[in-house]
Amino acid sequence: MNTQDIKTTLKTFILNEYLPGEDPAALTDTTPLMTTGILDSIAVLKVVTFLEDQFHITIEPHEAVVENLNTLSDIERFVTSKQV
Amino acid sequence: MATSVLHQLLDISASRFPDRVAVEEAESGSIRYHELARLSDRLRDRLRGMGVGSGDRVGICMRKSGDAVASIFGVMKAGAAYVPADPTAPAQRNAFIFHNCAVKVLIVEARLAEALELEFSKLGFTPQMIVLEGTGAGVPLTKALDRLDAVSLASSVPSAAPDPSHLAYILYTSGSTGRPKGVMLSQGNAACFIDWCSDVFQPNEHDRFSSHAPFHFDLSILDIYVSLKHGATLVLVEEQLGKEPGRLAPWIAEKRLTVWYSAPSILSLLAQFGKLDQHNYSSLRLVLFAGEVFPIKYLKLLKSLWLHPRYFNLYGPTETNVCTFYEVPHLIPESQTEPVPIGKACPHCEPLVVNEGGTEVAQGAEGELCIAGPSVLEGYWNLPENTAKAFLPGCDSRWYRTGDIVVELPDGNYKFLGRRDRMIKKRGYRIELGEIEMALYRHPAIKEAAVLAFPDDDGVPIKAFTSTRNGSKLSIIELKRFCSENLPLYMVPDLFCFLESLPKTSTDKIDYQKLKSMK
Repeated sequence: MNTQDIKTTLKTFILNEYLPGEDPAALTDTTPLMTTGILDSIAVLKVVTFLEDQFHITIEPHEAVVENLNTLSDIERFVTSKQV
Repeated sequence: MATSVLHQLLDISASRFPDRVAVEEAESGSIRYHELARLSDRLRDRLRGMGVGSGDRVGICMRKSGDAVASIFGVMKAGAAYVPADPTAPAQRNAFIFHNCAVKVLIVEARLAEALELEFSKLGFTPQMIVLEGTGAGVPLTKALDRLDAVSLASSVPSAAPDPSHLAYILYTSGSTGRPKGVMLSQGNAACFIDWCSDVFQPNEHDRFSSHAPFHFDLSILDIYVSLKHGATLVLVEEQLGKEPGRLAPWIAEKRLTVWYSAPSILSLLAQFGKLDQHNYSSLRLVLFAGEVFPIKYLKLLKSLWLHPRYFNLYGPTETNVCTFYEVPHLIPESQTEPVPIGKACPHCEPLVVNEGGTEVAQGAEGELCIAGPSVLEGYWNLPENTAKAFLPGCDSRWYRTGDIVVELPDGNYKFLGRRDRMIKKRGYRIELGEIEMALYRHPAIKEAAVLAFPDDDGVPIKAFTSTRNGSKLSIIELKRFCSENLPLYMVPDLFCFLESLPKTSTDKIDYQKLKSMK
């Protein structure tokens, strides 16, 4: 899966689960997800499970942090690095 | 030994166990009993030199740390009440709290000081400040006191005389009028609860207590004072770690905790995501939970993974501290689909179940639980009307109305049925939905706002129904960001629904019943 596909898949998941009704254009690659209440701690766990299932990767507990998961770009970069 | 006042607990343990570790932090070291007692004495001396005395309030705004524990005891030794605020909450909210109860001194971390001072200046409020360059095992507090001593040495003074009627702390909880309200608890209010914990849980100096709840949250009262009373070690759970079951689960095993106390939400997550079967929890002897209903399916799952500890459901609002308790039986029947009851009253609390008119109901009938006894709050800070409304009118005893609807089961245990008002519990936090509505009304584009919660087994999603001034939809992301700037993150609505206008009742009030059906 290329990087654009990763972002699109993830964006659809976050819009459906945590931002139902939001204009997709409002969720940009750099929208902060964890620091502004879009994803709370439980939502982060569900995003991690989604990423593991969808992209066949394993995310260690210490990796589920704001540096890796705060924006779509961060997550895409993180997932790509795990796929190498 | 019966507890007289809280600050004496530390000094007694420091004389019995001077070299035992009192407080252990995840990454910033630890502080021993004699060091903690000495540091709190130094702060007491400094505060007294700054004019703090009996009847005053001192604010504390810092990360949970050895410095925070020393500050708490230093404030009480000086005779004042401590007012802990959430260091992660917006500065505006914390400034309101400190201004509201007119703290004489604020002990604050440098990284938080500037934003608070800005908010104070808007309020024309100028408390004295003790600023710490960070937190960690009491070192920054020691340095801050050293700096002040270098300018003028604080004279040594005795600790405040033990008086159980003295205010010990004020905990601010969400307020339905849009502003947090301060629950005033005296030394005596807390002491009877701590002594009850000693009787039931039989702690000793070898125990290692978790400190999962933040210090502005009433679960911290058990953590701090029961552990320190018995010379045990209080192991601080760093805030982020406390939310991540994947990291927290091995950490609990590694730290060999013996007593765990938290809201059920993190225990549910530990059971689901913690891979608890992969670690050794043989040290754990007590699992205590409070603050909200524990979904039975996750309690069963947890008990199947942590088999040997005793489990207790502790119930009680901040205003009474724990007032009923229930020991979960070793085996929960497979057929049980209801949450466990909240149990029977603690011996120092007297329960009464009343109908809407305030008259006692027959056993087995639904009604509001009221509590009297020595643990019941003094009142709400500077809110005499709210204080008056909190108690049953026309009674000799002070019966605190919990707002919780219960029924007494045939075996004498109380079962929690719901709330009589609009307060909810989410991840153990008490949230007045009205406070979220007031925050939404501060948004310039919002015309109407109504907030409801739709609890299920997996949580308590909060949904905001709004209409806008020009009828257009707003960005949900922008609204969440706006809320996060005005409310603690746990109060930010999970879902938003935009309507042309909110449904109204015949008296032109927002029709919450109709909104409830629009889940």
